Amino acid sequence: MTESRYQLNAQLAQMLKGGVIMDVVNPDQARIAEEAGAVAVMALERVPADIRKEGGVARMSDPAMVKEIKETVTIPVMAKARIGHLVEAQILEALKIDYVDESEVLTPADDECHIDKRKFNVPFVCGARNLGEALRRVAEGAAMIRTKGEAGTGNVVEAVRHMRTMTREINQLVSMPDEEVMSFVKANGIPYDLALEVKKLGRLPVVNFAAGGIATPADAALMMQLGCDGVFVGSGIFKSEDPKKRARAIVEATAYFNDPNKLLKASMGLGEPMQGLEIDTIPQEKLLAGRGW
Amino acid sequence: MRSFSENPATIAVLDLQGGVEEHLDHLYRVGVEARAVKRVSEFESLAGLIIPGGESTCLARLLDIFHLKEAIVREFQRGLKLWGTCAGAILLARENRGDRAHLGLIDVSIARNAFGAQTESFICQARVPKVATETLPLTFIRAPKITSVGAGVDVLLTIDDYIAAAEDERVLVTVFHPELTPSLAFHRYFAKKCGLVAGHDQGDERLETAWTPTSWMQAANSP
Repeated sequence: MTESRYQLNAQLAQMLKGGVIMDVVNPDQARIAEEAGAVAVMALERVPADIRKEGGVARMSDPAMVKEIKETVTIPVMAKARIGHLVEAQILEALKIDYVDESEVLTPADDECHIDKRKFNVPFVCGARNLGEALRRVAEGAAMIRTKGEAGTGNVVEAVRHMRTMTREINQLVSMPDEEVMSFVKANGIPYDLALEVKKLGRLPVVNFAAGGIATPADAALMMQLGCDGVFVGSGIFKSEDPKKRARAIVEATAYFNDPNKLLKASMGLGEPMQGLEIDTIPQEKLLAGRGW
Repeated sequence: MRSFSENPATIAVLDLQGGVEEHLDHLYRVGVEARAVKRVSEFESLAGLIIPGGESTCLARLLDIFHLKEAIVREFQRGLKLWGTCAGAILLARENRGDRAHLGLIDVSIARNAFGAQTESFICQARVPKVATETLPLTFIRAPKITSVGAGVDVLLTIDDYIAAAEDERVLVTVFHPELTPSLAFHRYFAKKCGLVAGHDQGDERLETAWTPTSWMQAANSP
């Protein structure tokens, strides 16, 4: 990837700011998402809640199905590749997908290495729980970051934890004397040059969305108030009672995240949200956020 | 964001979704008063309004349900100047091919996402004589194409078989993103169109050397 290509990819993410990216499993859902005002859709065979329930190895979706969704909407289409699965990413690039999500929601293909994203022209978004993880992904070529949260739970607590952790670490870095930076990056697994850039910018050097467990308009606005640039909603929409209504409400809440009166209106009469999961009830080996190195 | 002021020398950026801070950063560099707007009450007494890039379907929906469409049309009739970049141009076009028109305030016909997927997004250079004598860097991201313009609309730039920038007396549309480049020429041009002194000499078209791709982050943090 040339530097100008990387810049274009980071800039596409900038154009998504303030928006909602929705998981969809078929063209009908994609159409509903687009009409509701989604800024992009994530095309996949099973939403995280079903992946969690059904178990087994979760892989890249059938490209025929992704293609069909691509032909249905004019907004950008994203798709997931397994962590470290460079060939799945190559296939998605050949399909001319707009963004690849190297995602912990799928079963990792490599338990040591992520994809070398600098070798691709297609842009990548990656999940992160803290500053070190976010900047390692950026160093590998990710043009956009998202919190991992705990996908498929409808429980926002992990996304909040990840966003607060990143912000805390950024603030530490910003207020730190220069001579302390080296030991801070060593302790936190942060690439040194990017740490210096973050220290200067006071935020991540790329667009940072919230993801993992967002189920209500209030959840989306919460993540925006915590400083995210936009939100991904996975299972939260199409696992709820009235997806159309909920999708619209989450778009409104994300745009007006600072306006309690509009949030009140957006939150009313949406029907049942997806059923949530208490994180403590999930066995350790079934937690997705720990995937990624 | 800067404090709210009823200053008629202000250019606002529609702050619903998309490249808001990028435009604010360029406007600050040009030296005009600028702020983000998203509520009906904030649209009064503006000299100009920029509708930024983002997703036109998302922006259109929010404009409709929050009654901002009426506010923009009302102020336009009172003399508000408008500039749409990329999705903003789609919203301003009278004809949106393959879909319904939205604001329809300039007589151009536009085709959405006319280049294909993100890997087809590109950067190029072109001369736009009416805007600057120097060659300008242009950034196209999943861009639309203007396919025709009506009488009374000036074409500012044609590339291959499509129109990339056009204007009439009150509305400017560009399918590319000047706010994503180091050039301030289009922002200065729009400030002049709004009747504002842009704080620079007419001939000052040099690229802004202090600009970087992360400059928008500072505009996002500014008070």
